[in-house]
Amino acid sequence: MNSLRRSTLQFAAALTAGLLLPLRALAAWNKDAFGAKTAADALKGLGVGASAESKDIVIDAPQIAENGAVVPIEITSNLTNTKSIVVVIEKNPFPLTAKFDFGEGALPYVKVNVKMGESSFVRVLAEAGGKFYSASKEVKVTIGGCGG
Amino acid sequence: MAEPMKIRAVQKGDVTDVRVLMVHPMETGQRKDTSGNIVPTHFIQEVSVRLNGKSVLEGQISQAVSRNPVFSFRLKGAKVGDKIDIAWLDSKGERSQSDAVIA
Repeated sequence: MNSLRRSTLQFAAALTAGLLLPLRALAAWNKDAFGAKTAADALKGLGVGASAESKDIVIDAPQIAENGAVVPIEITSNLTNTKSIVVVIEKNPFPLTAKFDFGEGALPYVKVNVKMGESSFVRVLAEAGGKFYSASKEVKVTIGGCGG
Repeated sequence: MAEPMKIRAVQKGDVTDVRVLMVHPMETGQRKDTSGNIVPTHFIQEVSVRLNGKSVLEGQISQAVSRNPVFSFRLKGAKVGDKIDIAWLDSKGERSQSDAVIA
């Protein structure tokens, strides 16, 4: 009776471990880039080189955000073979906000809500075909979203 | 154990719209509690999306993503009934994983 219970528990534990472990093959969080206090240092930390302005990166964000704690940003890259998208909020204490790497099966599109401490340019960089492209959009913030 | 995510995946023609809500405080380290003490940073750092067990999207995010993050992604080449797994890992090493079937 006891041994049956024990083996059942062991089986359950193994099952749980088996379900949780194999999912993660995450790219390690880039501490240097995310800890950078300027947009330039953040991009350097990510290894992003010189970028060309591109109209093929579409940023949909409000011109005026009343609440800096929740600013919706929608990004679409129309550049062929977009491999990754980087979001930088230039005037935030830590400007680098997100980096998305798109594998086969994902379209270079993302929508995310971000916090903005004050009015700032939101800069988006896309890597496509080994080159970097960028676009930016100014968002005016009425109430900042970092403190509170 | 973190609260499960809410995932909605809807097929629209060739494209799958994936929307996910993660329950997380996303503390910036700049906020003060009611007694004036700084609340330490605690935020999701890594997000991954898999389609039928195969990685399709990996994200790294900062504390500047809003509390209870909501993301929308788009997939191609998927179909109704396919399985989507989403996982996150935060700055304290906590992780969460949820899945959904494309409708």
